[in-house]
Amino acid sequence: MKVTVTVNGTRYEREVESRMLLVHFLREELGLTGTNIGCDTSQCGACTVHMDGKSVKSCAVLAVQADGREVTTIEGLAQDGTLHPLQAAFWEKHGLQCGYCTPGMIMAGSAFLRDHPHPTDEEIRHGLEGNICRCTGYQNIVAAMKSAAENM
Amino acid sequence: MRPAQTTYQRPTSVAEALQILAAHEGAKLLAGGHSLIPAMNQRLATPELLVDIGRLDELKGISVSGNTLVIGAATPHAQVTASPNVRAHARALAQACGMLADPQVRNWGTIGGNIAHADPASDPPTVVLAAGGKLRLQSATGQRVVDANDFFLDLFTTALQPGEILRSIELPIVVDRRSAYVKMPHPASRYAVVGVAVFLDVANGYCSHASVAIGGAVPKATRSPGAERALQGSHLDDAALAAAAAAISAEVSGMAMSDLYASAEYRTAMAGVILQQAVRAALA
Ligand SMILES: Cc1cc2nc3c(=O)[nH]c(=O)nc-3n(C[C@H](O)[C@H](O)[C@H](O)COP(=O)(O)OP(=O)(O)OC[C@H]3O[C@@H](n4cnc5c(N)ncnc54)[C@H](O)[C@@H]3O)c2cc1C
Ligand code: FES
Ligand code: FES
Repeated sequence: MKVTVTVNGTRYEREVESRMLLVHFLREELGLTGTNIGCDTSQCGACTVHMDGKSVKSCAVLAVQADGREVTTIEGLAQDGTLHPLQAAFWEKHGLQCGYCTPGMIMAGSAFLRDHPHPTDEEIRHGLEGNICRCTGYQNIVAAMKSAAENM
Repeated sequence: MRPAQTTYQRPTSVAEALQILAAHEGAKLLAGGHSLIPAMNQRLATPELLVDIGRLDELKGISVSGNTLVIGAATPHAQVTASPNVRAHARALAQACGMLADPQVRNWGTIGGNIAHADPASDPPTVVLAAGGKLRLQSATGQRVVDANDFFLDLFTTALQPGEILRSIELPIVVDRRSAYVKMPHPASRYAVVGVAVFLDVANGYCSHASVAIGGAVPKATRSPGAERALQGSHLDDAALAAAAAAISAEVSGMAMSDLYASAEYRTAMAGVILQQAVRAALA
């Protein structure tokens, strides 16, 4: 089926199999490999992107469901060479170790901060419930989220 | 993690979706996809044709019609939990849809898809059952309304027939009725290990009506007549809560499910504990 998806501001038209997942469309059709795949049960959140402004696990939707929609991936978050405040805060606060969960964490986190500009620690932890990190113990991720909230 | 070959259609009305369903035996409805696509990723589901109803406005939205709260089947969980009408008239449902899964899943998964799927570890079925809800189903030949008591039949099995679409979930609005949903979530998936919903009519501390349902622990959302009897006609004091807890655990014990995370014995014991928490949450 032919789909038209706007990804990071660019309109793409592609012929795809109906069974293709959005995450494979992004990685394999468009070469946007910043979006990671960390599980096969839709539980880890590594593949989180924004679709029509709302966070979504791109392994739990088909590319055909994204037809006509706008998608933002980690590659589209920086504006004119300036990192998104949450990207900068992950850097400053050491919000990552291996970095595998980070693109998904930042996409989930940036959607959360847009809707919750002044979150408590507890709200941040609930807001990132769909994202699993095997390295950091989450402490510095929460610190990065708080720091970004102050700078946004 | 790649689904098997399939085909896809996106009808522009419920009527068109019903026609497609009637014409294709291997067709399956796709709403949010957040139960179906994970199942397709595991090849537990291999539908020949997906019929996407996720964008149909006629299946979305929340309204009050007389004494009934009407929730469109394709309304995402996040909208159910944010709805002032749901918060006012069925707080337990706002709680269930607000605590299920995670924000990403709540953005795109729909309440109707959840109820039609009838996963035993789901949250909304337990609440809809305790609320005395009804399910409005539509087929090519007409509509019928099924009481929640008759809708959930077994593990992943409902009264929905081939060719039928769940249109809306309808809950009675009763003045001063209080409700709450409390669950013990699985730490990774957030699905319910044990979840209990209570709806109570309380005046001056006296409980004149109680309905109680449990999910997660058992193969389908299930009412607890024993807990209802213990609470109804009481002042919801510690003795009544203890009797209700004993009753629900006794009812669950014969049918409790077991897995690596929680044994049947554990779920049975927790049923009473979670019930007491739910009653206290409804009163708070
Ligand atoms: C990581 C993860 C964690 C989750 N945790 C929880 C949790 O804690 N608690 C919980 O309750 N749920 C949980 N879910 C499930 C989630 O709530 C799903 O959104 C929901 O169960 C299915 O809704 P959907 O719209 O995505 O349905 P889909 O996946 O599109 O469809 C599910 C099934 O219902 C059928 N269907 C869909 N809509 C209709 C309709 N209107 N009429 C008739 N049949 C229909 C489909 O054909 C399919 O068989 C989780 C999901 C994921 C991925
Ligand atoms: S890869 Fe999508 S949630 Fe793990
Ligand atoms: S930094 Fe390694 S998984 Fe999160």
